Formats: sequence, structure tokens, C-alpha cells
Amino acid sequence: MAFVQNFPFFSIILTIFSGPLSTMLSNKKAKIWNMILIGIVCALNLAVLAFVISTGESYTYMMGHFPAPWGNEIRVGVLEALMAVFFCVVMFLCVISGGQERAREIEESKQNLFYVMVNLLLCSLIALVYTNDIFTAYVFVEINTLSACGLIMIKNKLHEGRTLEASVRYMIMSLLGSGMLLLGICFLYGLTGHLLMSNMQEAIANLVATGQYQIPLLVAICLLSVGLAIKSALFPFHSWVPDAYGYATLSSASILSSMVSKGYIFLLIKIFFRVIGFEVIIGSHVLNVLFIFGIIGMIMGSLDAIQENSIRRMIAYSSVAQIGYIYMGLGLGTTAGVVASIYHILSHAVTKALLFVSAYGLTNVSNNRRDFKQLTGAAYRNKLAGVAFTVGALSMVGFPLLSGFVSKVLFAQAAVGVSSTKMFFTLVALAISTILNTVYFMKTVIRIYTPMDAETEKEKGFTRITAKEDMGKAIAMICFVVMNLVLGVLSQPIIELIETGLAMFM
Amino acid sequence: MSKKVTSEKYKKTLSHKLETWFYGTEDVYVNRVEMKPQREFLESEETIQTRENEKQKLLKNIYDVSNNKELNLFEKSYKLFCVFFCCVVIFTLLVAVSYMPTFGDSNNPVHNEVSERYIESGMQETGAVNIVTGMILDYRAFDTLGESHVLFVATCTVLILLRDDKKKLVEKRKTRLYEDKILQTVAKVLVPPVLIFGIYVVLAGHLGPGGGFSGGAIIGAALILYSNAFGFEKTNKFFNANTYKWTSFCALATYSVSKCYSFYTGANHIHSIIPLGIPGHLISSGLILVLNICVGVVVTGTMYTFYVMFRKGGY
Repeated sequence: MAFVQNFPFFSIILTIFSGPLSTMLSNKKAKIWNMILIGIVCALNLAVLAFVISTGESYTYMMGHFPAPWGNEIRVGVLEALMAVFFCVVMFLCVISGGQERAREIEESKQNLFYVMVNLLLCSLIALVYTNDIFTAYVFVEINTLSACGLIMIKNKLHEGRTLEASVRYMIMSLLGSGMLLLGICFLYGLTGHLLMSNMQEAIANLVATGQYQIPLLVAICLLSVGLAIKSALFPFHSWVPDAYGYATLSSASILSSMVSKGYIFLLIKIFFRVIGFEVIIGSHVLNVLFIFGIIGMIMGSLDAIQENSIRRMIAYSSVAQIGYIYMGLGLGTTAGVVASIYHILSHAVTKALLFVSAYGLTNVSNNRRDFKQLTGAAYRNKLAGVAFTVGALSMVGFPLLSGFVSKVLFAQAAVGVSSTKMFFTLVALAISTILNTVYFMKTVIRIYTPMDAETEKEKGFTRITAKEDMGKAIAMICFVVMNLVLGVLSQPIIELIETGLAMFM
Repeated sequence: MSKKVTSEKYKKTLSHKLETWFYGTEDVYVNRVEMKPQREFLESEETIQTRENEKQKLLKNIYDVSNNKELNLFEKSYKLFCVFFCCVVIFTLLVAVSYMPTFGDSNNPVHNEVSERYIESGMQETGAVNIVTGMILDYRAFDTLGESHVLFVATCTVLILLRDDKKKLVEKRKTRLYEDKILQTVAKVLVPPVLIFGIYVVLAGHLGPGGGFSGGAIIGAALILYSNAFGFEKTNKFFNANTYKWTSFCALATYSVSKCYSFYTGANHIHSIIPLGIPGHLISSGLILVLNICVGVVVTGTMYTFYVMFRKGGY
């Protein structure tokens, strides 16, 4: 066994150990350690990615002295390693971008708790990506939920009541989702007698072939998909999104929107492919339900975003629409649709984090007011943020050369291969949602580029900021823009990686 | 090959413009792009008056809930729909459960090679007489590692929510008197045996029913009883914020490090040097005893910290 194969385990144990460690460190040391940790984990996972690509096959790693069905196990393939590396990079940029906001908004004595939450969140994301055991997945879903709740709630001097209310909403919805997930796992365990994903898949294929226990199996599939759909804020369960993303501190908002919900969707894809089997899922018609709600979410999320008067809540509602895209891709029920969904997970994570960071850059120069009237001319006051917001908005709309365009093309291509009803609805929904996206994003872009004369600016006490004054945000924004361009221009190798990764799932 | 350019010439190049724009020394738009200031919005007395009137009217209508027919109808139908929806979910789940394999049947899918090996060779392989402990702390130790961090992250979330770092408030709340004789006498009699029982449950986790989770909860309950009877000043002498920080860190660190060793050796098929001992003895079953103590410490800290935080927001 090559030494590289230990790296996924090392990254999980390092991040989980850094959680308690950060409580012992001072704020500054906790911050530095957090940066170093994410760097190390990213490097480890890059090595794993290179290793898996070179060998061309996935491998399992035994967690302990006992082989798989008795002990725990993690599984490493191309897709898993790719997601882990991607999550690390986005996490790093999200954390460095919010330095000023954290110093301003979070109480001095609680800042190291923020890093505890970030470390454990990263740990749970990596474990969710790599796990090959469905109960381990549940344990790390719990860590994920609690640390995300802490990130929303962490004392925000500006909107204390709002963050508390948002975290209560998040907690209720998220725990409902966790409960359904646990119930679904219980059902599946009762039917198969296994918790290991590959053994479960065999047992379920057996059950389907013999026609036993069809009703509990269907209910279990429904519980798992609905539970994870609630946790990842699919349309009718999105009521916690605008408050949670809109009032949490910058790093929390960008981490939540770009990674937490994506981790759950990745777990759902993993369950579809590795636990239940894609053929069984297609046969159960659960995907059609997800497809319908995805499409409704795409349109309703955009309509809500148009009505919003606060820039951050608008971006949060746009997240609801984008999650709708991902579920629509899953709902198509083809591998091409799933590839498009995974590509959209990457593209949306990069773009949404970029939008949040640049929106904070814009509101920072407008007395922290987030309504559109105050944002007039904000792009002149903070030029880099203005350009970054424009790039993000164009990517969301689906402008060529940017990542959003590629994912829209992939969705459209995937839609062509399926039944004519689904194809019709997908293409129409894509068209309508693109127009709606254009309405609210271009409205904002025009607003921030409408100049405000110097006197009113002075009267309102607005300041001008150059990129040098907030290096963290500048670096994050430039990196996100570059990643957006890379995803948009060099999409083919990444799509091939996702395809080989999915093939390893089967 | 780079060319040396004079500063005069450099100022005319594109990269100079980009640089000035990036650092904000010069705005490229000024004097180059036509900029129109927005027209100022002027209001007459009359419109202000009507606007105010309409606002008052609207507020009156909004807060007049009892006469709002649509709202009432919505609330009633909402409740009805909720009840209906819950009934449907309950019914579906009951139907699904009725189709599940019969409970306790020997032909059930759950009775397979997995549980067989746990029962038959669990004692030889883990050294623990209590199979459940052997399962959670040796066969599936990774899950329990996650689970103990769930407790830790839950405490941290409660600390974020409730810890009051402004000293004055804590001082103010300390003034409650503790002089309930009945409670104090009962606590004096009960706390030592409860503590000892809790420690026994933690230590005997691999020999019989018990373990870190249940034992830690018992010890935490004893601490809560003690602090209720005698006040926080007395408990603070041996359990304060620093104690919690250090004990939970040490416990979780021990857990992580020892499991790191055993996972690494296990996955790479290296022989582990930790002896299993003789099943049934107190010091046996390899790492399980240590892990049980770690889990016990974490659970104790979590229980007591939750109580203290909800009670007064600080130790």
C-alpha cells in the first residue's frame, strides 16, 4: 500500500483534532493554525487526487483493525478527491475574505470559537465526501449541522437578534432533515442488515430482483431524498436561507452557501449511486419529484430575488434558484444530468462565494447599508468589488467564458437525451430562469455603476476603499474570478474528471 | 527582453492606467465617460400629507387582525392542512413499518455475518466482555470519534450562544444565597456515592453494562446537584472554565492520537503493540478502557457546562 493512500485519513484526523486544539489557542494563533491546516489538507488531497488519477481506480481504506462490514471504511476515488480539494480551496478563500468583518462583528473572546467551527465543518465535509459507511455519514452530518448553526449564530454585534432568529430557523429545518435521514437509514438497515455502502447496494439489488419489501424500500428512498433535500434548501424548504445567508458574518455566509448545502447534495448523489443504485432510483420515480421541485425552485427563487430590496438577501434567494438547477439536473435521471449537476455544484460554489464577498465589499463603502438605494455608485467607491460583482453576476446569468455558461450548456445538453416532456420543461425553465437572473443581477450591476455626485457622497459619509486596504478580500475576489474563468474556459478536463469519477462510483 | 522606459513614456501605457485604477489614485471614468447625476426627488406638501394619511390607514388595516377574513381563513386552513399532512405521514410510515421484516424473526436480513462475528468472536478480538462497548469503541471506533466531537461542537455552540463575557453581569448574578438545609444535607449524603457510581460505570464499561456516555452523564448529574445545593462558588474551586477547556482538550486529544495510531497500524497491516489483556479483568481490552475514560470526561464536561451556561452564562 502506497503511503499516499493514508492521506485522506490523515486529513480527517488532523481537522477533527484541530477543533479542540483551537479552543486552547489565542485568537491570532487559532487563525494562523486554521490557515496552515487548510493548506496542509489541501496539499494532502491534491496528492491523493494525483495518485488516484495515475492509478485510474478507486481504493478503500480500512479505519481500524477490522475489515469492511465489521469495521469502518473510507473510499477514495477521483470525484471524492476532486471535491475535497475544491472544498479546501473555497474554504481557504472564504476564511481569508472575512477577516475585517470578523474583527468588527464578533466579540473578541469568541473569535477562536469561530475557528473551532470552521475546522470541524471542514472535517465533516471531508469525511462526508470520503465515507463509505452510511452511518458514519450520519455522524458527520450531525457535526456539519451543529457547526453550521454555530457559524450562523456567532455573535454578530450588528444584527444580534436577526442571527439568533436565523439560526433557530436553520436548526428546526435542518434537524427535521437529519431526523428523516436517520429514519431512512434505519429502514435501510432493517431491510439489508448492512451499513456499508457497497454491501447495501448488493442487498438492495437482491431485494429488487426478488421483489421483496418494495414498500419500505420506497419509503426509505423518499425519506433519504427528502431529508437531504430539506438540509440543502430545495425550494419548498428554503425559508431559512435568506435570513441565514443574509445576516451571518461574511465568512459564514459564503461558507454556508458555497459548501454546506453542496456537501449534502454530494452525499445524496453518493447515496443514489453507491447505496441504492441508480437504476433502482430511476425505477422508483423519486427523481421526477425532485425534478419538479427543482424547476419550481429555479423560478420561484428568482422571483423572490427580484422582489428583494437587500443585496445579500437577493443573493441568498438566488442560491435557492441555483439549488433548483442542481436538483433539476439530478432529476433528469441520466448520467449526463448528474455530471451537469456536479459541475454546477463547483461553478455555483465559486460564483456564490464571489458574489457574497464582493457584495460585502460594496456594502462596506455604503455605511453597511444593503438596500439598493444606498448602493448607488458603490462600484466607484470600491472598484475591485464592483468588477468582481459584475463578473459573478454575468456568470450567474450565463455569460460565455464564465463557469455559469458551461453549466447551463451542460444542463441543456443533458436535457436533450431524455424524454420529450422533461426536455421541454428543462429547456423552458432554463430560458425563463436565465431571463429572471438577468433581471435582478443586471439591475444590481446597473445600480452600482450609476454614479453618485461627490457632494451627496460626502453628506452620507460614504468612504472610498482601494484594494490595498482590504487585502484579504482582494485576494479572495481575484482568486474566485480566476477560478470562475478557469471553470468557464478549461471546462473539458474537469468534466472528464467528473465523468471518470462517476464511472468509479458504479 | 524587457525594455527600459522613461517614466514619461510609462505614464502613457495601458499598464500604468491599470495600476492607477487598481490603487485608486486616479479614476479613469472621470472626464472620459459622460456621467449624469440623478435628478433630485422633490415632494410637495400635499403629496406628503396624502402619503402620511395612507400610511396611517394601512397600519390600521394591517393590525386589525380580528376583522381580516382572509387571514383568519388562512390560519384555519393552515392548521387543518397541518393536521392532515401529519396524518398522511404517520399513516405512510405505519404502513411501511407493517411491511418491514418481523421483529425478532431469525430469518431477518439483520441476522447476517456482521452480527454473527460481533457475537461469536467479539470478546477474543476486542478483549471486552461487553459486546456493545467492543462494537462502538473498537470495531466502529471511527463513528464514536465523530460522536464525541458532536458533543464537543454542541458545547461550543452553546458557549457561543450563552457565554456572557461581560464580567459585571456574572458578578451580579452570584448574589443568590445557598442555605437550604434539606437540600444541602441530602446532597452531602448523595453526591459522593453518585460520583463513585459514575466513575464505576465509566471504568467498568468493557466488563458490563455502562461506558463513557452513561457514566459521564451520571457524574455530570452529581456535579449539577452539588452546585445546586452549595452554589457555584464551591464548584468553581474544582471545576471552572479552564478545567473544562483542559480536560475536554486532553480527552479528545488522547482519543484522536490513540485512534490515529490504531487506524494507521490497522490500515497498513502493521501489528499493534497494544495488548488486549485477559477478558474480564479491569485493566484489559486494549484501548477501550482509555477511550471510555476520555468519552466519560467529555460527557461530564458537556453536561455540567450546558447546565452552567443555561443557568447564568458563565462559570
